[in-house]
Amino acid sequence: MKKIKVNEKWCLACHLCEYYCAFANSGKGDMVKALQNRKIFPRITVEENDKISLAVPCRHCDDAPCVKACISSALSVDSDGLVQINKDKCVSCFTCVLVCPYGALSPGEDGVMQKCELCQTNGQQEPACVAGCPNRAIEYKEAAE
Amino acid sequence: MSKYVIIGNSAAAVGCVEGIRSVDKTGKITLITNEPHHTYSRPLISYLLLGKTDRERMKYRPDDFYEKNNCDILFGKTAVAVSAAAKKILLDDDNTVQFEKLLVATGSVPFVPPMEGLDSVNKKCSFMSLSDAEKLQSFINKDSEVLIIGAGLIGLKCAEGILNSVKKITVVDLADRILASILDKEGAAKVQKHLEEKGVSFILGDSAAKFTENSALLKSGKEVPFDALVLAVGVRPNISLIKDADGDIRKGIVTDDHCKTSLDNIYAAGDCSESFDITSAESKVLALLPNAYSQGFVAGKNMAGEETLYISAMPMNAIGFFGLHMITAGSYVGEVIDASDNETYKKFFVKDGCLKGYIIIGDVSRAGIYTSLIKEQVPLDTIDFELIKRKPQLMAFAKTERDLRVNKAFL
Repeated sequence: MKKIKVNEKWCLACHLCEYYCAFANSGKGDMVKALQNRKIFPRITVEENDKISLAVPCRHCDDAPCVKACISSALSVDSDGLVQINKDKCVSCFTCVLVCPYGALSPGEDGVMQKCELCQTNGQQEPACVAGCPNRAIEYKEAAE
Repeated sequence: MSKYVIIGNSAAAVGCVEGIRSVDKTGKITLITNEPHHTYSRPLISYLLLGKTDRERMKYRPDDFYEKNNCDILFGKTAVAVSAAAKKILLDDDNTVQFEKLLVATGSVPFVPPMEGLDSVNKKCSFMSLSDAEKLQSFINKDSEVLIIGAGLIGLKCAEGILNSVKKITVVDLADRILASILDKEGAAKVQKHLEEKGVSFILGDSAAKFTENSALLKSGKEVPFDALVLAVGVRPNISLIKDADGDIRKGIVTDDHCKTSLDNIYAAGDCSESFDITSAESKVLALLPNAYSQGFVAGKNMAGEETLYISAMPMNAIGFFGLHMITAGSYVGEVIDASDNETYKKFFVKDGCLKGYIIIGDVSRAGIYTSLIKEQVPLDTIDFELIKRKPQLMAFAKTERDLRVNKAFL
């Protein structure tokens, strides 16, 4: 399956991936209306200090620990390997946060857990973070495994 | 005859079905459960009372789970004896079930110490199963005073579940602090204060000496009136089937790193069994849903003939009360490193150069990065521990290592 490859050396720490992610998942048609003067809840995290920066999205692990640990079976993996969350079943117990080695799940604005679904479930063609990255620091590519 | 038989129908049983099916797509599976319900998530019963889930959504797998996985299920039947030699299970209706490979996933039973006068209390229940939750719901209304014996995970989740539906909740525990199994003293005090602010009353370091129908007399002489009583003192692994069959048991059913018991062709998983805790190097009962699922999954693969090891278990918990979240993992041994700030209580436990445990109360975001340090026993001198202890982040790993981690799928 295609996953997001992280090219750390090209990351500018501009955080645009976070904004494009929040916009793509806002359900709104206008980026300004969706994001202006609001706290954003992206599903990708940019880590940075003065020397390093890199974007960390869900890795859609083959043996996803979040899916195995989920106490409400809100998390599942489809036949393509896409790890998804059914927000209707989630009770925000944070067990997925306890087990994800990438820190890729977080509560959304509504307090319910959310995660990157590679923009396969929100009507986008490909991940909005990748499309919006100005320096190809994240790429949408066929993974080896 | 079923090739595979599973006694149980909760997380370990479901994990076993999925483990078997990852190897063997067709071999018949039979599940035996003493409950009448489709598989549901037990930890969700408090969320059910809270109104955050419902009967439909708390199903642990979709309605077609058994059918899709070619499983027969016997509802409302209790296995009363197992014979490893005859590969046979005796049920309470005197029928027998043959197996080639068996998983015992019988969970735990509430432990109720002998307490004088308990029989005279009509409105009492444990808080382990859907029927317990339904019973409790039928006992209470907005004028009810509820006494909960036990300030552990079960007792306090119960308190959270019903606080807004009743008039008063008092929690009594023999220990001098709440959540003694997962929190240190200071952390427990913080969570207790939060719960008290929400309206839960605590009487700690005390226990019930005597009950009448609507009142408890405590050892200290205090009297606590109640309309409903919840017994959440503790649980005991349900080991009787293996014990009676002369299999090895300690506190729980002893299993090896393949999740097999000492008996031929019989495996055990979930709250009835022990796992090897890598953080204390001891075999112990880790009564946690994620552990149960993973043990069951590994048992299932081994039952179906694909050798698989279960070697990374540890205690871990994610739990929250009225918006205050906490995540804990591992063992609280070795050097204690306090990384708390104004918002968040955070303690690390370091031994032999590796992280062995942590407690976070407050901002728990991305805590799984800490869990991975414990699970993989990452030597802390290979990462920037000063950086990571402030905030969980992959940046703390050396460049080649973090590349390896984030881009594993592309190598």
